[in-house]
Amino acid sequence: MPALAFLILFPFAAAFILFFMKRDSRARTFVVILSALAELAASIFFAIDNFASHDMTMGTFYMAETHVIDMIMAAVEIFLMLLVFSQAVRFRKFYVMILSALGTLPALYLDFTGMSETSASHIKVDHLTVIMVLVVGIVGSLICMYAAGYIKDYHHHHTEFRDRSGYFLSLLFVFLGAMMGLISSDNLLWMYFFWEITSVCSFLLIGYSQTREAVTNSFRALWMNLLGGCGFMAAIIFCVGIMEITNISQLLLFAALPAMALFPVAMLAFAALTKSAQLPFSGWLLGAMVAPTPTSALLHSATMVKAGVYLLLRLSPMMHGTYVGIMVSAIGGFTFFAASLLAITVSDGKKVLAYSTISNLGLITAAAGCGMPEAVWAGIMLLIFHAVTKSMMFMSVGAYENSTGSRDVEDMHGMIVRYPRLAFVMTIGIFGMAVVPMGMCVAKWAALKAFIDSGYVYLTLFLCFGSASTLFYWIKWLGKIFSVPKGSYKHEDTVHGSEWIAIWPLSLTAVILCLIYPVISALVVTPYTQNAFSGAVNRFATSAGMFDHAAASETIAAISTEDFIIMGVMLICMCVLPLGMKYVNSVQERRVLAYMSGFNTGDDRSFYDSLGEEKGQYLSNWYMRDVFGEKKLLMPCLMVTTAFLLVMLTVCTVGGLFI
Amino acid sequence: MTVFSTAAVIIYLVFSPLIACLFSGVDRVVTARMQGRRGPKLMQPWYDLVKLFSKESTSVNDIQKILVMAHCFFAIFSGAIFFSGEDVLLVLFALTMAEVFLILAAYSVNAAYSELGAQRELLQMMAYEPMTLLTAVGFYLSTGSFKVEDIIGTDLPLIIKMPGFFIGFFFIMIVKLRKSPFDLSTSHHAHQELIKGLTGDLSGPVYGFSELAELYEEVLMLGIAALFFITSDPISYLWALIAIAVIMFCMSLIDNIFPRVKWEVLLKTAWLVTIFAGGANLVILSLLRK
Repeated sequence: MPALAFLILFPFAAAFILFFMKRDSRARTFVVILSALAELAASIFFAIDNFASHDMTMGTFYMAETHVIDMIMAAVEIFLMLLVFSQAVRFRKFYVMILSALGTLPALYLDFTGMSETSASHIKVDHLTVIMVLVVGIVGSLICMYAAGYIKDYHHHHTEFRDRSGYFLSLLFVFLGAMMGLISSDNLLWMYFFWEITSVCSFLLIGYSQTREAVTNSFRALWMNLLGGCGFMAAIIFCVGIMEITNISQLLLFAALPAMALFPVAMLAFAALTKSAQLPFSGWLLGAMVAPTPTSALLHSATMVKAGVYLLLRLSPMMHGTYVGIMVSAIGGFTFFAASLLAITVSDGKKVLAYSTISNLGLITAAAGCGMPEAVWAGIMLLIFHAVTKSMMFMSVGAYENSTGSRDVEDMHGMIVRYPRLAFVMTIGIFGMAVVPMGMCVAKWAALKAFIDSGYVYLTLFLCFGSASTLFYWIKWLGKIFSVPKGSYKHEDTVHGSEWIAIWPLSLTAVILCLIYPVISALVVTPYTQNAFSGAVNRFATSAGMFDHAAASETIAAISTEDFIIMGVMLICMCVLPLGMKYVNSVQERRVLAYMSGFNTGDDRSFYDSLGEEKGQYLSNWYMRDVFGEKKLLMPCLMVTTAFLLVMLTVCTVGGLFI
Repeated sequence: MTVFSTAAVIIYLVFSPLIACLFSGVDRVVTARMQGRRGPKLMQPWYDLVKLFSKESTSVNDIQKILVMAHCFFAIFSGAIFFSGEDVLLVLFALTMAEVFLILAAYSVNAAYSELGAQRELLQMMAYEPMTLLTAVGFYLSTGSFKVEDIIGTDLPLIIKMPGFFIGFFFIMIVKLRKSPFDLSTSHHAHQELIKGLTGDLSGPVYGFSELAELYEEVLMLGIAALFFITSDPISYLWALIAIAVIMFCMSLIDNIFPRVKWEVLLKTAWLVTIFAGGANLVILSLLRK
């Protein structure tokens, strides 16, 4: 317990100190790096400690008596509401006030009337908590370290913005603390409290630069997440008022009475869908890219959006074969495919990454909606791999932007010669995202198998088509990096030491994860899926007769040992490629000019046109905007998903409340 | 690995280029006869390949050659996984990875035709990938396993359960084996730069490696097609051979009578065929399984 308290409270303390260190200084960088390291170390210690001394099968519970803390939380919630109110008045966006009040006031009512007083524990630690603590602790802390160097360069390049970097860094740490609280809370009101902190925090971070665009986008993020918060609150009111429970683990016990639990689960799932930026709520995450890169990295990889899918994975055992399950898996599968098509059509590097995040989260969502142990296994694996790879991609794009002034994929042409170190990192990242034997593909493979086994065949279709389009947008990006214009040379990158401190360990982790994921699976993921679903056995056995108890209790081996060995061989072969290049090039051979129909002007940069005049060659990637473009595809996607979501939510509400 | 699968891998590694060259030679002779020409010698593709490796090795930049060699290595590697009886999904993933290296080699050249070819090749991959993955899913649904050694152990030829998958797979084989009307990124026929973009900047032994990879890939694709026909009965191998001969003939025929289409048509038709032939069959199979 002390370790957990440290994990949650320490970031807030660090944030408090950083808030007052307004000026950029050595001391501040030192504080950031030291705090991040402390948080990182604590999360690893926490994981090891839990393995060594606790039996996590049923979860360890803490904190039954919490009246004082509840009151503090209520005070903070009032503060958050007033903060939102003041911002809403300042920027004349009054509608967010309603949403904020709708979420916060019931929470205060429940707190002050003592209706939500419970003898049940507020904190629960099980395998999934440990996984999430490791993801948030390691990836999140590294992003904070990266931010220390990044924000310096950011204000160096953007002198038009007011330097509030102390405030920025402190918000990042608040985010970490809130995330730690969210993933360890079992009490729904506590979870809601941290949930709202992350919503407001992301709002403040997105609006950091205070430009008109940033403000608009930050309010979009705010209203969508507050709307989700209202859904969360509706679920809490129903749980406390009618079902007389306060905790998620108690809700999960209602698996035997699915009709009763239909409404709160649907509302929680709705909240999770907004948080994970699934269609039709994808807009806020795309808008979030106006913020400085560490924000994007944090929102996309370790925190915020992962909070949504975390909740879905928690609720997954209640979803199999229910309307909520259908809603969640269909929205997720569709989002996976649609977002990957949209990613083809954009050239802004951060936007490609944003669509890719939405797409990958869609896959995790779909897996959670299946409500089968194999699918949840795949979902958790996807979550881990995605956090590591995506944060690394964001960091390298951010570093590239600080070095060259552009983050457009078009401008990454020839990066392998100009910025070889960054190109190397990005190559690992893109391979990690799209190509076997790297992580994401392995998890996708498991997801494919889980979808077939759980009988959700239409998800298989989404997955097959979505994988194809995913490959397209990643490899054309990689192709840009790999172009070698004649006569280009290495440039000095201006990436700070503190940025490399974050980037290198993550790249290394991305590679190592491919080799050790069976260990992770055996240690934490498989035990979690086994325990989470053992409670659901009765329901399946009586209702559908579909559930195979033996299948749930044996180790889930989506990928056999032989496959694992073969992939290991492939990985090693890929690692020796750079050496192979040295060997191949050790034999001197003739270099020829690239083929340009014989009209090169001496290199591959320009050619003689039909009038005999010299013309520069510009090579652009292919974006297919007239086929899949945002203008053409986005609106129909939003409409279809909104309609579907409304219908399904109505069905769940009517079914849950009246039948 | 059993004795049988070891033998299969060795035969694949040693004889694939010869077998594929033979197929290609027959193809060229048949094509010539269709057009009222005499055509080249039967083993002309083999002589061409050998000659490529005797030429001077040149390349455009430092990374082109190693990327093409990696392409060749992983293409052969994925075939070896297949013939050793392992997971057919892994085979497809490895093949995709091999393809990626060729595309990167074309991108590295930094010239218009080459980059166009690379992007067209990417498009072709996007067009055929859903169907290849679905085919693997189909095998899993009908046999309960992704492993090649289990897939060929059934009692009835799988084409009976998976006719839709077969139609879809046949369709994307046209794309994969670079036959007209879908040979957008590079073609077997002598052509202008736009159609030869992907390999346009490869020459001598480097080009030889890409050709070699293609020969191995061809054998692999035919091997996957054969899975639809092979059962636990040894005589079924004969049927599979006959089926392959028929498939090859149909490919030649299609190659010769259809003019090349635009990329939109390729993507649209490939995905439609995937949904209607593969998807429908998938739904039926999953219903049968319940």
